[in-house]
Amino acid sequence: MDVLTAARLQMEVSLGFHMFFAALGIGMPLLMLIAEWRWLRTGREHYRDLAKTWGKATALTFAVGAVSGTALAFELGLLWPSFMALAGGVIGPAFALEGYAFFIEAIFLGLYLYGWDRLSPRAHWWTGVPVAVSGMMSGVLVLAANAWMQAPGGFELAADGTLAGSDPLAPFRSPAWLHMALHSTLSCYIATGFAVAGVYAAGMLRGRRNAYHRAALGIALAVGGVTAVLQPLSGDWSAREVAKYQPAKLAAAEAHFETSSHVPLMIGGIPDEDGNVRFALHIPNALSIMVGRSPETVITGLNDFPRDERPPVAITHIAFQIMVAAGFAMIFVALWFGWARWRRRPEDRVLLAMVLAASPLGFIALQAGWIVSEVGRQPWVIYGIMRTSDGVTPQAGVPATLFGFTVLYLFLGVALVALLRGLTHYSGPTATEEDAHAA
Amino acid sequence: MQPELLVAGLGIVALVTYAVLGGADFGGGIWDLFATGPRRDAQRDAIAHAMGPVWEANHVWLIFVIVIIFSAFPAAYAALSIALFVPFHLVLLGIILRGAAFVFRAYSPQSARGAGSGPAGRRWGAVFGTASVITPVLLGMCLGAVSSGGIRVDEGGVSFAGGVPAWLEPLSLFMGALALSLCAYLAAVFLANETDGDLREDFRTRALLAGTAVVALSAILLPLVRRDAPHLWTGLTAGAATPILVPGVIAALLSGWWLRQRRYRLARASAVVQIACLLAGWALAQSPYIIYPGLTLEQAAAPRSTLLFILWTTPAGMALLIPSLWYLFRVFKGEHLALTESARD
Ligand code: HDD
Ligand code: HEM
Ligand code: HEM
Repeated sequence: MDVLTAARLQMEVSLGFHMFFAALGIGMPLLMLIAEWRWLRTGREHYRDLAKTWGKATALTFAVGAVSGTALAFELGLLWPSFMALAGGVIGPAFALEGYAFFIEAIFLGLYLYGWDRLSPRAHWWTGVPVAVSGMMSGVLVLAANAWMQAPGGFELAADGTLAGSDPLAPFRSPAWLHMALHSTLSCYIATGFAVAGVYAAGMLRGRRNAYHRAALGIALAVGGVTAVLQPLSGDWSAREVAKYQPAKLAAAEAHFETSSHVPLMIGGIPDEDGNVRFALHIPNALSIMVGRSPETVITGLNDFPRDERPPVAITHIAFQIMVAAGFAMIFVALWFGWARWRRRPEDRVLLAMVLAASPLGFIALQAGWIVSEVGRQPWVIYGIMRTSDGVTPQAGVPATLFGFTVLYLFLGVALVALLRGLTHYSGPTATEEDAHAA
Repeated sequence: MQPELLVAGLGIVALVTYAVLGGADFGGGIWDLFATGPRRDAQRDAIAHAMGPVWEANHVWLIFVIVIIFSAFPAAYAALSIALFVPFHLVLLGIILRGAAFVFRAYSPQSARGAGSGPAGRRWGAVFGTASVITPVLLGMCLGAVSSGGIRVDEGGVSFAGGVPAWLEPLSLFMGALALSLCAYLAAVFLANETDGDLREDFRTRALLAGTAVVALSAILLPLVRRDAPHLWTGLTAGAATPILVPGVIAALLSGWWLRQRRYRLARASAVVQIACLLAGWALAQSPYIIYPGLTLEQAAAPRSTLLFILWTTPAGMALLIPSLWYLFRVFKGEHLALTESARD
């Protein structure tokens, strides 16, 4: 394996791994705050138990998120030294501000987790608020760095290609930042909400239909469902912005080759790199309408780009389809669940099975979406400025470190899942009275 | 003053804080691994209780150091990443395993009685302890490599001067050992402050042991620095660093003496001063180089606007952080008795 491929894979493995925990680190604190708030309002014990269990889950995932994030900060340099030599000074401010957000998050998470007996209930709830807010802000701030790589600006290069000057707010002025930050933040709540809901749906399917499980399911799907319904709106905004500053990415995501108006929207399909798409369903004019709100809108196709400036079409297109399909599937489940709760029906087995089936979809869509963004940016690491192949390290050892990190992350992932399962196992005993009541 | 010097100063402050707080955490892991005697479990519990709420926050200082290097001195970050590719990866392995193992142990089944009492917990405990020993050694080796003159940065790229990787030269190896014993010393002094009775005596003995190792290693390192890194030697003994190093050495000796006298608070305070002076002195002796002899701070610096941004945002960030940190430490480190009490129940 050559160094470039290995470095890309190592980046992907590390970021993909980190993203699981980052998403949970953004989503879990919100769930735990809602549960604890319900406890404060109603005094019903199972809400406090939930908040405690979710707090423990947050502690476990936060720790892994923190160490994998530390690894990323090193890996940016270890794998892409020339990229960092140029970009470090520009995207640094985004990471510097993110550092403060982490710090606040780590401090208040310590208070929240270990403070149950030391703080008043109200004060305790308030220590959770900065955890949720700064978790979200970490994501929003770090996305500025990625947004700048997608749509760079606000810097000058010297004659020798080094950085001559830069606007310290350049990452935040990137036109990609706001829509990416919104879309990605929503995706973290969706992914967390659906994943957590699945755990409790599974419990209920195994007969644990107590108040504890119903409350957990309700909170998780309220968070996941509301954000899932909003996601297509934010995705539409992203797509229209991408059409402006990275037409090649949109074209690859849609497998669109010939520049034209009246472009149909393609559903499914397997494209090759020459412009043939097999097995696709076409909705006439839909893409033009989505991007420009009119069938007359002209959309640039891949054939307008030289071959060595096109992203891999098949991966980008398929990942995009997976994201969108998963998104609509989750909306369907969320609406069904909302309808059942609204009619005050107990969740039947079919609905619970659907929730269980949908539980990995949030994370699948999230990873797929990142593939769209990052692979769709290729062959550039800084769009239009630096090619990925020029950013990579001269060190020959990358395939070995790739192997090592993959094994390490697999091992940690398995161990973590086992521990998280342990956490949900001893849950629920205090809800037995409610059980009797419900039965 | 040039902004790059101010930013470098900030970096050193972050490094010192990491060395003190993160170093004590590593040390906690070291003593967890080497917990012995009749109070073995009590020692481990005390360590876990002292670290639990704060270790995460303590390690964010490393991230600050990294972020400052890559945003303010990107050329140096790139060069270090190439030269120290192997040890940095090993450091990451250590950091990842350590952090994960620490929480995994705390949340392992059968650990309700105390940290790591079940078999799974014990295994994670061993991982945690081992990673706590290896990581500071590697970090010390990296620091050694940066100042030994063994990393060459020039037009041709990055290489090692002697053919041997700079982080494997004797100077770097002894720096690694020194870092390890400093961490062990700090942790034992901190833990002696946070415990009482026999347990406190245990940690006092450990601190005295580690302190002896620090003195012995320093005695070996001095002639080694003089032989292998003459520029650093000059900086330390004749340059701007001397006025800082002298109080550092005095603080080190005082700390040991106070420990003998069982004056724990004073021992702790002087241990912190000792670390701060050592690192600040090292930085001054090293300046204006960030990687000797190829790269000065000025050559490696990012555009002025970035440097100013880092400087200007620091007070605002600190205004958020310092009260939060103060609150954290007040709630959990208020008085040691509360901790030992909760360690018992
Ligand atoms: C739960 C996750 C999830 C779901 C349901 C969706 N997305 Fe998404 N999408 C992401 C999670 C995501 C992401 C992982 O968070 C990305 C990667 C980068 C980013 O900003 O968000 C992303 C990127 C992304 C991009 C590329 C943006 C860029 O590179 O700048 C577009 C055009 C869309 N999405 C569009 C959509 C549409 C039209 C959806 C309709 C349902 C949709 N997404 C659902
Ligand atoms: C602030 C956030 C991010 C930064 C600074 C960043 C940076 C980078 C860099 C430097 C590369 C290597 C160069 C390249 O191949 O283009 C890369 C590639 C990649 N990243 Fe990101 N990334 C970020 C977020 C993410 C996330 C969250 C994911 C996934 C969950 C992701 C997935 C990938 C993938 C799949 C590649 C490989 C693309 C390819 O080589 O085809 N990235 N990223
Ligand atoms: C190259 C890109 C990235 C780098 C270098 C990076 C770096 C880090 C670091 C150093 C931490 C640990 C902080 C601590 O110790 O508390 C961390 C945690 C975190 N990161 Fe990232 N990160 C990257 C990408 C992302 C992305 C794309 C997101 C979200 C959209 C994100 C969201 C978070 C969150 C929420 C945390 C808090 C820890 C947790 O909850 O697990 N990060 N990251």
